[in-house]
Amino acid sequence: MPTLSYIEAISRAMWEEMERDPSVFLLGEDIGAYGGAFKATKGFLDHFGEQRVIDTTLSEAGILGAAIGAAVVGMRPIAEMQFADFVTCGFNQLVSNAAKIHYRWNLPVPMVVRLPAGGYIHGGPYHSENPEAWFFHVPGLKIVAPSTPYDAKGLLKAAVRDPNPVLFLEYKYLYRRIKGGVPADDYVVPIGRGDVKRDGDDLAIITYGSTVHFSLEAAAILAKEDGIETRVVDLRSLKPLDVDLILDSVKATGKVLIVHEDHLTGGIGGEIAALIAERAFQYLDAPVRRLGSLDTPVPFAPPLENHVLPDTQKILEALRALNRF
Amino acid sequence: MAKVEVIMPQMGESITEGTIVKWHKKAGEAVAKDEVLLEISTDKVDSEIPSPVSGVLTQIVVEEQATVPVRTVIAYIDGSPDVRSVPSGPPAVPETSGVAAPAGPSVLPVPDKPQGGRFYSPLVLNIAREEAIAMQELERIPGTGEGGRVTKKDLLAYVQARKSGGTPVPGEAPPPPAMTIPASVGKPVDVPELRAKYPSPAHEIIQMSNVMQKMAQHMVHSQHTSPHVNAVHEVDLTPVVNHRAANSEAFGRKEGFKLTFTPYVAHAVVKALKKYPLVNSSLEGDKIIRKNFINLGIAVASEHGLLVPVVKHAEEKSFLGIARAINDLAVRTRAKKLAPDDIQGGTFTISNYGVFGTMIGTPIISQPQVAILGTGAIEKRVAVINDAIAIRSMAYFTLAFDHRIIDGALGGMFLEEIVKSLEEFDTSIKF
Repeated sequence: MPTLSYIEAISRAMWEEMERDPSVFLLGEDIGAYGGAFKATKGFLDHFGEQRVIDTTLSEAGILGAAIGAAVVGMRPIAEMQFADFVTCGFNQLVSNAAKIHYRWNLPVPMVVRLPAGGYIHGGPYHSENPEAWFFHVPGLKIVAPSTPYDAKGLLKAAVRDPNPVLFLEYKYLYRRIKGGVPADDYVVPIGRGDVKRDGDDLAIITYGSTVHFSLEAAAILAKEDGIETRVVDLRSLKPLDVDLILDSVKATGKVLIVHEDHLTGGIGGEIAALIAERAFQYLDAPVRRLGSLDTPVPFAPPLENHVLPDTQKILEALRALNRF
Repeated sequence: MAKVEVIMPQMGESITEGTIVKWHKKAGEAVAKDEVLLEISTDKVDSEIPSPVSGVLTQIVVEEQATVPVRTVIAYIDGSPDVRSVPSGPPAVPETSGVAAPAGPSVLPVPDKPQGGRFYSPLVLNIAREEAIAMQELERIPGTGEGGRVTKKDLLAYVQARKSGGTPVPGEAPPPPAMTIPASVGKPVDVPELRAKYPSPAHEIIQMSNVMQKMAQHMVHSQHTSPHVNAVHEVDLTPVVNHRAANSEAFGRKEGFKLTFTPYVAHAVVKALKKYPLVNSSLEGDKIIRKNFINLGIAVASEHGLLVPVVKHAEEKSFLGIARAINDLAVRTRAKKLAPDDIQGGTFTISNYGVFGTMIGTPIISQPQVAILGTGAIEKRVAVINDAIAIRSMAYFTLAFDHRIIDGALGGMFLEEIVKSLEEFDTSIKF
């Protein structure tokens, strides 16, 4: 099985889908001639041509509007926001049009929006955002957030094939840092299904994205030093959530920590905590805890960024406090 | 930077010790001159103590709830003209994030239960129900979680042990201890061991306030010191009742406060004490200390608890003077502005439990006094006067006295003197 980096897996998925289905095409800033800001689409223009690899103007609203238009007439666009932070310029297209057109006109909008998201890369406040909370709230949009190369390829393929608008969150921090086995064949990771990355029945962490890896580190330390076994649940899909897996993890352990890189207040951790309180109350041996980044724009200075964002040490301390309860 | 000692102050001439109730500042905190630094409790009154200087409270030497003699050093302040609680110089920027986790406190607080019982998580209650463990049994299971909480693991371990039949049921309620009067009532007890003995919801564990503890100690001390004898006398208060009714409006307008029965009784007591000064004394070994002044204590039920403010030198005061002094004390008691001297140095006490409807009481002497007058409720009753039936306002007065120095004869005569004063009250007195 080939070993690919996280960003290589994403490239692979796009390449294979464009080969498989001629209606799939790419549009975004600097994706063609430049090969993409992160080189995710390097070589695509030469191979697939400028009809299917479109360098757009600097206009997120334009990119998303064009993608929606293409999708409603039967194409399957993969639109790229160069940094997830910039999606706000096309917010209306997504929430008013992409999310509602099927409801209003009975026309599917089978588009994918790729969003390089997250911090830990010294990008400062305009290049480090996590946008999922803004769209989690909107009926009509799906959101996926893989943390491994295997999940990235499988979920991007699933997203392309889904008749709904799907926001695909990809984590800049993981692009070249995480490598893993990615089967060469045409496999799909179903949307709406989470994955237990590490099992244990003392504590449970519910998380996604870059913090999956910090959580695994913390769980390993906790097992080694304290003899506590922590289940690490990688949600992979944010909308829809794998509610059964979440509730099952509560039943298995009784003590849950929700971790996400996004800001704590109003992050989707709150929704998950409410779901647990509503539907698994009698299985709780401790209050549901959440860990997110501080409620401040992500700083540029590295010591400040480290202070604001979650990391292995913070997760470890939270786990220990939860265990002591 | 001068190192200043903070000492336990002497709030009154005869006060020898004080208890620290609450420190208002923590070690390391800045405090300004005259800012409240701590609260102390002496005998019965709590006082706020201001800081003697501005500076930083560097060290707390005596902790809360500790009792120390006056003038003991209880803390040190680094006095400085312009003190800041942050160190000078630019703060060092940490290389790595060794700072507090955004997850919140490293200790998760266990939720409070209103009745003071233990907190049981939904899961623990669920398992208990499934395993048919009643609440009483659950109460006795030891907990290893935060604050002694029974965790899922604790409960499962208990269930396991119970099933294997090996370990006996933990914490069978021990037989109640033999009744003893503890030497010092109100000693603080560790709550977890109490909870095992007195589980909720049948029991509630309440911490006695300092005022309550002092009262408890005093009452036990008094009973152990003075052999109490109670003499009860009926008193016909009709002339007093009539006089008061006739004069209260004018009195209220002129003095600005209500005319109650208390000044009548106090006035009569002062007269009787002047005639029988042995009742206005105290005992030191084999010596009787007779006082040539009368400091009359009037027991008051305040929201703090039982307080006995004292009218000093009542022997110098007229009826009006006594009335004004009593009212002044009442006002200051309600406003919580009593000084420790206000509740010290009494030579005789009056306790009016009649306001609660009690007909006859047996009050406890306030040491080191040797007698106390309890006044019962005034009620209209049928009485025989000159062989005729009359309706009179009557009450029962009880004199509790210390039979070490007051015998029945003296006690009876003293009480009768009070009764006579009241029954022969000069109703022509006007205000």
